Amino acid sequence: MSVTSIRIVGVGGQGIILASNLLSEVALAAGLEVKKAEAHGMSQRGGSVTSDVRFGDVVHSPIIGLGDVDLLVAFERLEALRALPALKPGAAIVLNRQSIAPMPVLSGKAQYPADIEQALAREAGRLVPVDGPLIADALGDPRVINSAVLGALSTLLPFSDEQWRAAYEQRLKKKGLEVNLRAFEDGKKQAAAA
Amino acid sequence: MTDTKLAARKLLSGNEAIARAAWEAGVRVASGYPGTPSTEILENLARYPDVYCEWAPNEKVSLEVVAGASFGGARALATMKHVGVNVAADPLMTFAYTGVNGGAVIVSADDPGMHSSQNEQDNRHFGRMASIPVLEPSDSQEAYEFTLLAFEISERFDTPVMLRTTTRVAHSSGPVTIGERQNPDLPAFQKNPGKYVMVPANAKRRHSSVLERERLLKAFAEETPINRVEKRGAMGVVASGVAYQHVCEAFPEASVLKLGMSWPLPEQKIREFAGSVERLIVVEELDPFIETEIRAMGIACDGKNLVPREGELDPVIVKGAIEGSGPPPAPPSALPGRPPVLCPGCPHRGVFWLLNRMRAVVPGDIGCYTLGALPPLESLDICISMGASVGSAIGMQRARREDDTRPQVAVIGDSTFLHSGISGLIDAVYNQTPITLVILDNRTTAMTGGQEHPGTGKTLMGASAPEIDLLRLCEAAGVEYAVRVDPLNLQETRAAIEQGVAFDGPAVIIATSPCVLQAHVTGDAMAVDGEACTACQLCFKLGCPALSADPSAEKKGRQCATIDESLCNGCRICEQMCPKHAVGVSK
Repeated sequence: MSVTSIRIVGVGGQGIILASNLLSEVALAAGLEVKKAEAHGMSQRGGSVTSDVRFGDVVHSPIIGLGDVDLLVAFERLEALRALPALKPGAAIVLNRQSIAPMPVLSGKAQYPADIEQALAREAGRLVPVDGPLIADALGDPRVINSAVLGALSTLLPFSDEQWRAAYEQRLKKKGLEVNLRAFEDGKKQAAAA
Repeated sequence: MTDTKLAARKLLSGNEAIARAAWEAGVRVASGYPGTPSTEILENLARYPDVYCEWAPNEKVSLEVVAGASFGGARALATMKHVGVNVAADPLMTFAYTGVNGGAVIVSADDPGMHSSQNEQDNRHFGRMASIPVLEPSDSQEAYEFTLLAFEISERFDTPVMLRTTTRVAHSSGPVTIGERQNPDLPAFQKNPGKYVMVPANAKRRHSSVLERERLLKAFAEETPINRVEKRGAMGVVASGVAYQHVCEAFPEASVLKLGMSWPLPEQKIREFAGSVERLIVVEELDPFIETEIRAMGIACDGKNLVPREGELDPVIVKGAIEGSGPPPAPPSALPGRPPVLCPGCPHRGVFWLLNRMRAVVPGDIGCYTLGALPPLESLDICISMGASVGSAIGMQRARREDDTRPQVAVIGDSTFLHSGISGLIDAVYNQTPITLVILDNRTTAMTGGQEHPGTGKTLMGASAPEIDLLRLCEAAGVEYAVRVDPLNLQETRAAIEQGVAFDGPAVIIATSPCVLQAHVTGDAMAVDGEACTACQLCFKLGCPALSADPSAEKKGRQCATIDESLCNGCRICEQMCPKHAVGVSK
């Protein structure tokens, strides 16, 4: 299998590191080589977070160069827009429908861009939106947004439900496992219906 | 406790792999100071059994502990970020002379691209300067293997060894095949002043030993399999560290001389490789370290004439640089940025708000509070190195023009103060320079993720410890104006800072309130009274992520403030600074 390069972007506190860990575990369990690189120095302080996950038969570099992203997983709309220049032409985007205003917007120095989803749809080979916050709200746990997003992502990847479940069981404690798996299922259903 | 018999192939970060290998190598003593991207090594190693792990107050102490442990008959590991090695450079240069008893390895975690650092120095230079070997892993598997090898090299050649990682090795993960713990049989400390007492007469003899050792290490570099040739096409690339991975990806047909050991270099191997290819290119991150040595051998090569010397490399950058298409165009930056910010409820926010209002000149330091330099607080004026707030405040005070009436107030974190700020304070007292210093005491090492330090009452291994009392420490140093305040009380804090500025002598204000990320103690969420709010937007200058403009409430064409209750931690700074008393506890 040739290398698949997935970039996950979002804002500190959205559960991106756990999501990239789960994705990496799934690929490893499927018998692939995996490398994962995180830029998380400022993650707890509301800055942008990026995690690159790459898997295939042979993987060398842990990071993805400009224009080499096959699949973008964006946990936040503005961060999706910011990541666009890194995408390969025709790359798919999984978009969590959530907007988090950065400080320049909060303090009135800048405007949060409008119509992001339309802009993404124009650029992406395929846009897969997922209502992470709604799914999480319905399940009563705001922390499971990342699982809803992974569920949507799973519809674009060659891994089985059993492989995903095994990765969850390995990385998550019993408490919280079921609600995360339900969010995963809901995200997957929404993406499949789109 | 970490499972000591893990599944054979496990996804590990470079830092986790180093911790695992250090434990397997039988390391009994490990010491370091937190610093991105090195911190997780000791955090992980501390979870293994039978190894003493500690946070030292700074990197110099850490390396001295490791030198002592080595002399005392243990394998020992020191961990620090690249700039930490500057702090540890004093013992390093002479530890290089004494050599070791038990194997000693120093991890230098460099940060090309400065993800979380104040510079991007290339610490391979320390290897050449100290005449000690430098190993450079290129992924997690190598981080594991090279750590084990580093202890063998250390004992075989009687030398401390530097294991140099970078952010993309330390914080990247990949599958690692692991093994079992060894129990090396090492002799106890043997009296040997010629080796361990570095007075001139002994050090002269040891310097000869160092040079002889380097000759032997050069021979080792020629034979070690971690310096290997991968013969493919006519283009030849010399690469080390993660740059090797980028090269394999950008030029799968190129022949590669992969240097796992970047000091000392295998001259013969390089010469043979250069002779076997049509074109020789050195691809390395940051400085032309290997390239300069190769040129000094009289071998022609390309290198930094093509490959960027600044920032990180990646496969696309490497390909563009060598094929001559240059670096890829920078993405447009019209989008609003997302700079990191002080958390909602951060106890530092009120202090920076006050200093901003006072128009103070603020020599600052390294930590979360360096964010006080960013808009809208824009308060902190200087950031150089750990502890430098105090020394630079002394210099600023001594250089101050008579007509400069701006108050000057330096700020430093609790962990940074104990790291090296205390030495500056002793200078201020000794030479009676009237600086004002606010210690932002949030009871943790916050920026690196909340590590314990000598003031928190707990150790890395979870034991309780005496808390160093900052107030008594300052008083003992001879500070005559030393007070403790609650930084969540603006009035009290402002009064203490103003008195400190007016005091004729060094003054210290210890602003104690726990980090909101660590304490998990939050007050009642606040809310804005829409009737009382006049849309002056002064509260936006606090830079609190919980505060924003309310598009549904305008007055005189300006939007009123609103508070996101799910983010608010109830610090009540906005309540205290609102001139219209429009903020209060949410009903």
